[in-house]
Amino acid sequence: MRITQGTFSFLPDLTDKQIGAQLKYALDKGWAIGIEYTDDPHPRNTFWEMFGNPMFDIRDPAGILKEINDCRATFPNHYIRVTAFDSTHQTESVVLSFIVNRPKQEPGFRLVRTEEPGRTIRYSIESYAVQAKPEGQRYS
Amino acid sequence: MNAATDITPTELAANHGDRDLAALYRESGISEVFDQLDRELIGLVPVKSRIREIAALLLVDKARNAVGLNAGSPSLHMCFTGNPGTGKTTVAMRMADILHRLGYTRGNHLVAVTRDDLVGQYIGHTAPKTKEVLKKAMGGVLFIDEAYYLYRPENERDYGQESIEILLQVMENQRDDIVVILAGYKNRMDTFFRSNPGMASRIAHHIDFPDYTPDELLQIAELIAARMDYRFDDASVAAMREYIAHRITQPNFANARSIRNALDRARLRHASRLFADASNNASPEKDQLMLIAPEDIRASRVFRGGLDGETNK
Repeated sequence: MRITQGTFSFLPDLTDKQIGAQLKYALDKGWAIGIEYTDDPHPRNTFWEMFGNPMFDIRDPAGILKEINDCRATFPNHYIRVTAFDSTHQTESVVLSFIVNRPKQEPGFRLVRTEEPGRTIRYSIESYAVQAKPEGQRYS
Repeated sequence: MNAATDITPTELAANHGDRDLAALYRESGISEVFDQLDRELIGLVPVKSRIREIAALLLVDKARNAVGLNAGSPSLHMCFTGNPGTGKTTVAMRMADILHRLGYTRGNHLVAVTRDDLVGQYIGHTAPKTKEVLKKAMGGVLFIDEAYYLYRPENERDYGQESIEILLQVMENQRDDIVVILAGYKNRMDTFFRSNPGMASRIAHHIDFPDYTPDELLQIAELIAARMDYRFDDASVAAMREYIAHRITQPNFANARSIRNALDRARLRHASRLFADASNNASPEKDQLMLIAPEDIRASRVFRGGLDGETNK
């Protein structure tokens, strides 16, 4: 099951050229770009690991693309996303985020039903890949 | 020979639009840059003509591209050599703007670095440091000042070599993304290239900055003064001319930099002269505030034999 998180996630995967164009857009807006990766793509897991520091002083997408490719080489079977942080006063948050790398196999999520007193049922989801193996060995 | 003979004049006109060199030249706004170069950089004829050649090549490539001819992007890495104060850094700063206007680089930013910014202090520190700098310069110009410091032949375990290797790799593989400009004194850069032949062959343009003639130095003095809203009168121009003639023969002469320093010291003397005169003339005229008098220049120790003449006394 293909995971859809962040911008463009219902489109086919972006090519490097398309990623470069998006990066250019973000750079022109003055946003700082960061690269993050994870193997626990639960929708509520917003804190992914950072791949290096956010790039505050880069002026051209070529430098960031190089960093993305380094991250892909290091974590070929992880989810990798690019975030763009707007530091404007009162925004001060990530304003654009999209996935640039995903595992080859995405087994998807299981619906977990928890029975509570009074026949109440609580629902949650659980990733097959995350449940199967510890961190670092999932999706391989 | 003329391919235009077998097409009609209308076709010719239609085809001609996209390879009209004059139009391309106008559109690029490059003439402004050249005018500015001529206005603000005195002398440096070989440098300017090389920049014109590069500009012409890039424009012709654009025209070739427009008609579907192969125009492989030329390698534009450069090396500026010359004596101290001949304008290497100044031209490099301009280069970023020129290449951007010509559409060769995507950005007009220039990252100026020296050995300290590229070479690390312990094993494994150099590569990330160099890569970080390269990342910052992507899409623009990377200017490495005093580049010969990168290679220290006296220490075979020096990390400079590692940095050079990474630079070479990026200069070769990402030619479209980055332009590297090395600068340094002529003889030391020659030694540097002799010990790094790979570097020498990857740099297409070796530009030598000539020393300035005394006349050019005088023009530079007037230009710097005018930029700081000072001016010379005839007597002080004569004094400056004499100053330059003396200074050139003395040790540690650094071309335009020496002139700038001389002007800075003349400003100090100018200020203290006005200040000492404050009891007679508490509010000097605008012209007095601007005019550098001959005595401001002639008070320099250069007229008394320079640094050596003074210490021997």
